[in-house]
Amino acid sequence: MERDTHFILGVYDDEDVLLHAVEKVRGSGVKIHEVYSPYPVHGLEHVLGYKRSKLPIAAFLFGMLGTSLALTMQFYMMKFDWPMIIGGKDYAAFPDFVPVSFEMTVLLAAFGMVGVFLITSNLKPWAQPRIFDLRSTDDKHIMAIDIASNSSLEQEKIKEILSASGATEVNNKSFE
Amino acid sequence: MAHHGEHHYNLDQRFDFTASIKKSILTVLVIGAVLLGIGIVMAMTGGHHEEGAAAGGHAFHWYERLYASLWVNNVFFTGISIIGVFFFAIQFAAQAGWSAPILRVMLSLGNWLPIAGVLMLATFFVANHDLFHWTHSYLFDKNDPQYDKIIDGKGAFFYWPMEKGTFPVFYIARMVIFFSFWVFFFTKFKQISAQEDQLGGSSHWYKMRSWSAFFLVFFAVSSSMSAWDWVMSIDTHWFSTLFGWYMFASWFVSGLSTITLIVLFLKGKGYLEMVNENHVHDLGKFVFGFSIFWTYLWFSQFLLIYYANIPEETVYFVERLESDIYGPFVFVNLGLNFFLPFLVLMTRDAKRHGVFLKLVCTILIVGHWIDFTLMVQPGTLGHNGGIGLLEVGMFLVYGSAATFVVLNALAKRNLIAKNHPMLQESYNHHI
Repeated sequence: MERDTHFILGVYDDEDVLLHAVEKVRGSGVKIHEVYSPYPVHGLEHVLGYKRSKLPIAAFLFGMLGTSLALTMQFYMMKFDWPMIIGGKDYAAFPDFVPVSFEMTVLLAAFGMVGVFLITSNLKPWAQPRIFDLRSTDDKHIMAIDIASNSSLEQEKIKEILSASGATEVNNKSFE
Repeated sequence: MAHHGEHHYNLDQRFDFTASIKKSILTVLVIGAVLLGIGIVMAMTGGHHEEGAAAGGHAFHWYERLYASLWVNNVFFTGISIIGVFFFAIQFAAQAGWSAPILRVMLSLGNWLPIAGVLMLATFFVANHDLFHWTHSYLFDKNDPQYDKIIDGKGAFFYWPMEKGTFPVFYIARMVIFFSFWVFFFTKFKQISAQEDQLGGSSHWYKMRSWSAFFLVFFAVSSSMSAWDWVMSIDTHWFSTLFGWYMFASWFVSGLSTITLIVLFLKGKGYLEMVNENHVHDLGKFVFGFSIFWTYLWFSQFLLIYYANIPEETVYFVERLESDIYGPFVFVNLGLNFFLPFLVLMTRDAKRHGVFLKLVCTILIVGHWIDFTLMVQPGTLGHNGGIGLLEVGMFLVYGSAATFVVLNALAKRNLIAKNHPMLQESYNHHI
């Protein structure tokens, strides 16, 4: 069977039940594809066993890029391109450059971080989102299990595990 | 963990101020005293008497260095002490729950306040002419050749309602009022805490919140004015409108570092087992964030003065940056108080693990002490200043004495606010 097309969905009403359910389901050897919820559930990524996001590293690198660009720009303009004496200081008066460098650092760190986040989370404008269950935007938490990546388990067995963990409904969902 | 389970912590724990801890603190005190003694002897025998006299100013006496050192430590440790009370009050005003188990650590810092107040007053009366230029009466006498129009204009701020150049009533009154109110609020907080331990219920929390709000309003004004009085008035001609905030930021970082160090120390001894890496992380974020805040104020003060280039303002930085003694320390100051905490505490892991925090907090306390030395010394000692055995010794003596007083008071009472209504929230704190 092809990966990423056929899913079993567990529908949960309550976030506490969901958190325990994730632990139970993973404990019985089922791999969870993803959990969709209408709002951030505290501790969910922890029980899902997600590794920490690498986004801060991207932010740091973009920040450094901002600092370097700002300093290069100012030194080039003030020292080489169009030297000007301001307030009796040197052409390249470093303290004057600090506010601009700071702002550029913040700007590029923020833009870079948002950009990287959008791309890695598949939120590109041209991306086609897959809706597993519309109610995950309202009042239900949806746990999606990829059937292909759990081929060692019977589908009925997976459904039993989901119901036993507190799912109010267990459905099938397929994408083209 | 996110799961809200039952917790069984020992809420009646008390810090045991054992003989071995006392012994190590006293050892530091003795080392400090010995260094101080050697430093004083060196200052008495060495010194640069002739230079001062030759320049036409007053001759330099060795004890001025002692007074300046006393003053630096008075102001610095008063700051750490009042920041403990301030941060405690902030927790109630902000209705914070995460900090419930470490509230008593914050409050215990206030125990140094009464002693600090007495020391401050005493030092002022002993050292006034040697520390504060504005205490000379000839500055206000129009017939005197040394009459100073600028200081005369500012005189009322020190001497009102008396005649300028006599007895600084207004100045002394402010010092006494600030310390008495701070001690009053501190005592009030202690009282309400003690009642809460005995009676429980949420009414004490509400009471504490009201008192905290009053204290914060008072502190907002008094912290700023004490900065003008105790530090800025040393450079009497010069002024900076954000000096109050700048000094408060320096105090706040030192105070937060002290609170973090005591919490980590207590955890290391097996107390406060409900305080986990999440709480430590929050303390780390405060230390990290306010180090940057301090830098922001330091730089804002510097940049505007540097850019505007008005001689009466730039003199403050010329005195420091162009001096062989203080010049290097300006950069040491920025390195220790900004670059180091900024780079070390930037990652999440560094803020959650005690090793990094212990290192950074210790360095920050030293760094901000250097900052205060840089604020006080150029205006009082001129080119006779510096950080030598005398200064280090005095720092160790003050530091160990204050630590002793604080830990001693901490051991006398419950270590945890056991009836605080937000303890449960704090156990489940997860970031």
